[in-house]
Amino acid sequence: MIDSSASPRIALSHLDHLWFQVAGTLCNLTCHHCFISCHPKNDNFKFLSLKEVRKRLKEAAELGVKEFYFTGGEPFLNPDMTAILVETLEHGPATVLTNGTVLKDEWLEELQAAERRGLYSLEFRVSIDGFDAATNDPIRGEGVFDRAIRGVVKLVEHDFLPIITAARTWPEEQELEVVGRFVDSLKAAGYARPRLKILPTLQIGAEEERSHGYRDSERITLDMFDDFDETQLVCEHSRIVTDRGVHVCPILIESPDSLLGDSLASASQREFTLDQGACYTCYQYGSICSNASSGLASNAQHDQRSLDAIDSAPNDSTSNDSGRQA
Amino acid sequence: MAKERIACFGGVYSNYLALASAILDAQGRGVDAIYCLGDMGAFGPHPDRVFPQLHDAGVMCLQGNYDDSIGNQLDDCQCGYTDPRDNHFAQISYDYTLEKTSAANREFMAGLPAQRRISLGPLNILLCHGSPRRVNEFLWESTTSTAFLNHLVRRKNVDVIAATHTGLKWCRKLDGGRQFVNVGVLGRPENDGATNVWYTVFEYDDRTGLRVEFIPVVYDHERLAREMESERLPCEFVQTIRTGWWTTCLEILPSKERRQGQY
Repeated sequence: MIDSSASPRIALSHLDHLWFQVAGTLCNLTCHHCFISCHPKNDNFKFLSLKEVRKRLKEAAELGVKEFYFTGGEPFLNPDMTAILVETLEHGPATVLTNGTVLKDEWLEELQAAERRGLYSLEFRVSIDGFDAATNDPIRGEGVFDRAIRGVVKLVEHDFLPIITAARTWPEEQELEVVGRFVDSLKAAGYARPRLKILPTLQIGAEEERSHGYRDSERITLDMFDDFDETQLVCEHSRIVTDRGVHVCPILIESPDSLLGDSLASASQREFTLDQGACYTCYQYGSICSNASSGLASNAQHDQRSLDAIDSAPNDSTSNDSGRQA
Repeated sequence: MAKERIACFGGVYSNYLALASAILDAQGRGVDAIYCLGDMGAFGPHPDRVFPQLHDAGVMCLQGNYDDSIGNQLDDCQCGYTDPRDNHFAQISYDYTLEKTSAANREFMAGLPAQRRISLGPLNILLCHGSPRRVNEFLWESTTSTAFLNHLVRRKNVDVIAATHTGLKWCRKLDGGRQFVNVGVLGRPENDGATNVWYTVFEYDDRTGLRVEFIPVVYDHERLAREMESERLPCEFVQTIRTGWWTTCLEILPSKERRQGQY
């Protein structure tokens, strides 16, 4: 039994990242480690329409949002996906998390043109969980490695630089070797400068069945929060929109407590109690959902100083002087 | 009405030759003050050589993440790399810089402010290293929304925010005539195949308002490359100085910026 009163609470400092559960829980694959149990018949969460996304883009701009992320399920099952990304790129940078197996040339042409004419990057994160079919397919499904690699090649042909995202389903001591084999395998497929992002697995959803769930002791405690850099937690700077409303983070949407409100403004005001097992993984590894370019995606080792507190303190380390030198 | 003019640069990365050229250039333009937005060390050779130049020219410095690390003798540079190859090269550079930086210079860096608020004519400018929020936040041109920058200038109640840290200069005009400017770095070229580096001059004139100009700095990069080789710094770093293409620390680049480069 989890005692939530022993768990720290966290507020959103600023809406840096707005996520969209744009394909709901519908996916063309049935990966054994999926933390939301997405599969071809799971429509517990529905698609988001272009109209719904448009409304949220406007709401988010008023809150000073920095970046947008799109996930599912498989985002490209949503018939509005290309139009959604094209419109999003007018407002800010966009990242889409895909399994790479359903991409079509005409979508990629349109998206490449949209990225080129605008200010912002469009990042593709392609999930592949092994450096070959023998290591990937037992997790993601028969023949999926080859299909995903074809998707990566297609993205590269359209001048994208996809970030290959792999959940760490191997022992940590094998990390360097596995990363090296990933790089070799992607280069052999024709991706000359592969980008990789390794994620920890989350012991929820289908992964709970595949390996095991979290033990009761695997929770963040109040003591653990002393001197911890809270910016490492996704919920400190992110929210996610689903067809049900606004939730605390992309990992916990199936948890009833995760739904914080209908509007971004109200959901941004609500604190969240960090009493879930997945919170423990986020605590251990730090901002697991962000791109490396955000500077947030490092392991949670350092207490990165927030300068907001420094700048507002009366006797502080901010110097005031005029531009004119004495 | 006289003009007011300041020079800002960031990321010296021990490139004392580029620093000398930049200071000379800025003085030649008659700037009223010179600011360095942090990261004196890293990458280049002989880290102690930049400090006498900074002091002699009266450059007012901020503390970057590198200066915090070296100044306080931390374990690494706090650059936040995730890629093992990037971390490998960052650590070589960090260990070299820490070993070769004198106690007096470490003390100087440890005591520097993280931010400065300055005025230029009627304008309030906030100088910072990464962002006004965090010393090592990357504000890339292609991953920073205008809505976010508008939020920052409003929240800080300033007309201009100037930052560095990413190694690439850029600027964006914001609501109400405000601006965000990444002033660039002197330490290494911009991943565009050119060997020069960049700094920024801010000029305020009553008639024309604020003008932001990025200034290219040409320096003896071949001499720097040879000195880096003598110091046995990685040949990947030397290649960057000689060719203008980044060879390491690439994983943090967003796709638009990464695509500009060769690697």
